[in-house]
Amino acid sequence: MRGAPYSLRARRALSALCVSAVALPLTACGGGDGGAEDGVVRSSWGDPPNPLEPANINDVQGGKVLDMIFRGLKRYDPRTGEAKNALADRIESSDQRNYTITLKKDRRFANGEKVTAASFVNAWNYGARIDHEQRNAYFFEYIEGYDKVHPASGGAPTAKTLSGLRVKNERTFTVRLTQKFSTWPKTLGYNAYAPLPRAFFEDHAAWLRKPVGNGPYQVRSYIKGSVMKLRAWDGYRGPDKARNKGVDLRVYTDNNTAYTDLQAGNLDLVDDVPAQQLKFVRSDLGDRYINQPAGIIQTLTFPMYDRAWSGPAKAKVRRGISMAINRAQITERIFHGTRTPATDWTSPVLRRQGGYQPGLCGDACRYDPARARKLIKAGGGLPGGRMTITYNADSGSHKDWVDAVCNSVNTVLRSDRACVGKPIGTFADYRNKMAGKEMTGPFRAGWQMDYPLIQNFLQPLYYTGASSNDGHFSDTGFDRMVNQANAASADGRAIAGFRDAEKVLAEQMPAIPLWYQNGSAGYSRRLSEVALNQFSVPVYAQIRVG
Amino acid sequence: MGRYALRRLLQMIPVFIGSTFLIFFMVYALGDPVAALFGDKAPDPATAARIRQDLYLDEPLWRQYAHYMGQVFSGQFGTAFNGQPVTELMASAFPVTLRLTVVAVVFEMALGITLGVLSGLRRGRGLDTSVLLLTLVVVAVPTFVSGTVLQYLFGVTWGWARPSVSPEAPLAELLLPGVVLGLVSLAYTTRLTRTSIVENARADYVRTAVAKGLPRHRIVTRHLLRNSLIPVVTFIGTDIGALMGGAIVTERIFNIHGVGYQLYQGILRQNSPTVVGFVTVLVIVFLLANLLVDLLYAVLDPRIRYA
Repeated sequence: MRGAPYSLRARRALSALCVSAVALPLTACGGGDGGAEDGVVRSSWGDPPNPLEPANINDVQGGKVLDMIFRGLKRYDPRTGEAKNALADRIESSDQRNYTITLKKDRRFANGEKVTAASFVNAWNYGARIDHEQRNAYFFEYIEGYDKVHPASGGAPTAKTLSGLRVKNERTFTVRLTQKFSTWPKTLGYNAYAPLPRAFFEDHAAWLRKPVGNGPYQVRSYIKGSVMKLRAWDGYRGPDKARNKGVDLRVYTDNNTAYTDLQAGNLDLVDDVPAQQLKFVRSDLGDRYINQPAGIIQTLTFPMYDRAWSGPAKAKVRRGISMAINRAQITERIFHGTRTPATDWTSPVLRRQGGYQPGLCGDACRYDPARARKLIKAGGGLPGGRMTITYNADSGSHKDWVDAVCNSVNTVLRSDRACVGKPIGTFADYRNKMAGKEMTGPFRAGWQMDYPLIQNFLQPLYYTGASSNDGHFSDTGFDRMVNQANAASADGRAIAGFRDAEKVLAEQMPAIPLWYQNGSAGYSRRLSEVALNQFSVPVYAQIRVG
Repeated sequence: MGRYALRRLLQMIPVFIGSTFLIFFMVYALGDPVAALFGDKAPDPATAARIRQDLYLDEPLWRQYAHYMGQVFSGQFGTAFNGQPVTELMASAFPVTLRLTVVAVVFEMALGITLGVLSGLRRGRGLDTSVLLLTLVVVAVPTFVSGTVLQYLFGVTWGWARPSVSPEAPLAELLLPGVVLGLVSLAYTTRLTRTSIVENARADYVRTAVAKGLPRHRIVTRHLLRNSLIPVVTFIGTDIGALMGGAIVTERIFNIHGVGYQLYQGILRQNSPTVVGFVTVLVIVFLLANLLVDLLYAVLDPRIRYA
């Protein structure tokens, strides 16, 4: 090749390209603050899988928004979990079945409309009716007339509204339940019970594009799948007015990216620290890392419908397996302390006065290889000599801990093949197999509480035929104690009753409690007074910026 | 030429129907998606049944497909589970991914062809060897590694670029992700160009051109490069479709809400309207890009004609 006008030219072109490739992002992002607005919190968010309506949101991400834009009759104190009156002035009952609810005066929606008794009754009727396909419809099942608006067969409803709801006047309505339910008023802090303005019913599509509520924030703009901008609402009259100017919720597809953005100063708050970063999070963030218990418990549930796993002899085997799991080691090595070994079937967020009782599980939840071996042998050994732990492989890092649990069991039983993990491809498929009673061994189960009540940790999970009783456990003694607890007129008596019921679980071990899950969050130097509530959702209104 | 193009366009119809059916079948085979809508809680059977009925999931597969295609031909692609029409998702996702793809293709073409020509003309010398070595490294490193490393270096350590892309996804913010996306293709383009140049450098027409006393740059750009570009154009043409569909990793790393993101969400939630809709459009893009490539051959080499 001879001398070179062309190569010189090419070289120039090349260098120009390199410069532009490097320089353009420089000039484009020279500001570097990532669009931080004064007084506004930039927080990570996930795209809610269902439309944003109060009775239709059952995931944490959607719940976050509802918690900002709605206030219901009750609200759970973010520190203690106690159900306190929010919009309710008083909720009265003489028989634990008929309730009269009176609202506070002069509360309004962000569009100026008054919050009246009808705002609640209409919202609940909407949520319960089967035609609206609301995911949380079953929350209204204790109200009389539910079977008419939401027939169990899925057919056409024979009534449009719940017969148990009556508006008495602008500020008062009555509720009649199908059974005695003493802790029912305390469940009313759940988002599904939020009131709805007339705008919701008049132009539903427009409301979904830009929800209007009555909470400390209002939605300024919402681009589905990318960002929701919320701003503090001046007209809010509750005690928990927003201390910042607003919150931008940004959708992240990967929590690793959110964490990187936090490090780069483009984001202020990450409420789900990725597992890979847990090793470094202390050195990265120092005090700006929060790791505190949330109302979530993980269990290994047994298929009680399977002959091989039911019966009194197998109760020994189930207890033995529980004793064979080294919870302390697994929570430390795999979860880096973001889980706490469980010793009962509830959660520490209930606190002792709410029904949490550490150690209720007793010896069965203590790692004891020798006794575990003995118990499993006494119960006739593992069915067929081996067991599988089924889990869904598409989300979370279930494989890691399932393998660890199996490893622990194998070590105790001195066999490599006693326990193996059995992954199922997708969560939906996993749920379908569970519903179809196709599990052949213990399987992963997680329960995130709907409200901080001991009732919520026991009844939906272990009562005969209950909605989330995936192991199909059934015990008449347990059911009777739950019924008695629900009928108790005093709070303390109800909690004591549920604790007695819980002792049945400790004897029979239909589900092995593994660990309580913590909420973990990290935040930037711009923020202060960041805290998580019992649902591991940041208490946004409290956060101060700058 | 016109007839050729028309014939090719008509051929797309069976390909289109076949591929949509295959994808539909595959998503359907993943199982019933409704249970997952209820999170960790067991769905209420009555509500779940209603949702299934609403989404035509209680019908046999062929009825579902027929219903879906009926929608497609009337310009509808169904709705995603969060209540958004799929066409709306497309309108927001495709422009973003298109911009990202343009950045990646421009980057891979400009740098890849330049590097390929330079190393091809200096075969066996230092530049050639180092370029070959460098491309080998680039091909060997998976995108998620190069993506996260570059993101961390540029975004956190040096603070030159944003680690994530804002929802509007302006072109400037897409430069870094675009480079990451185009990196592997860049290596292939470079190697293809180099080989092709080396091969054609000894061709008769190049010797003739040299003998005619044409200026060097004219020989290289008009004669040598033009003929050498045919395999490169083929590669880039097919690569456009691959880049658009394969942006899942890059889009995830840089939090870009484009086609890859929507596809990922769609698959994760087993939302057949989303997955089938997006893949259908990708199939069309792929087919059109291929047609364009075939038509470009005639421009590059007039000896190639279409009847």
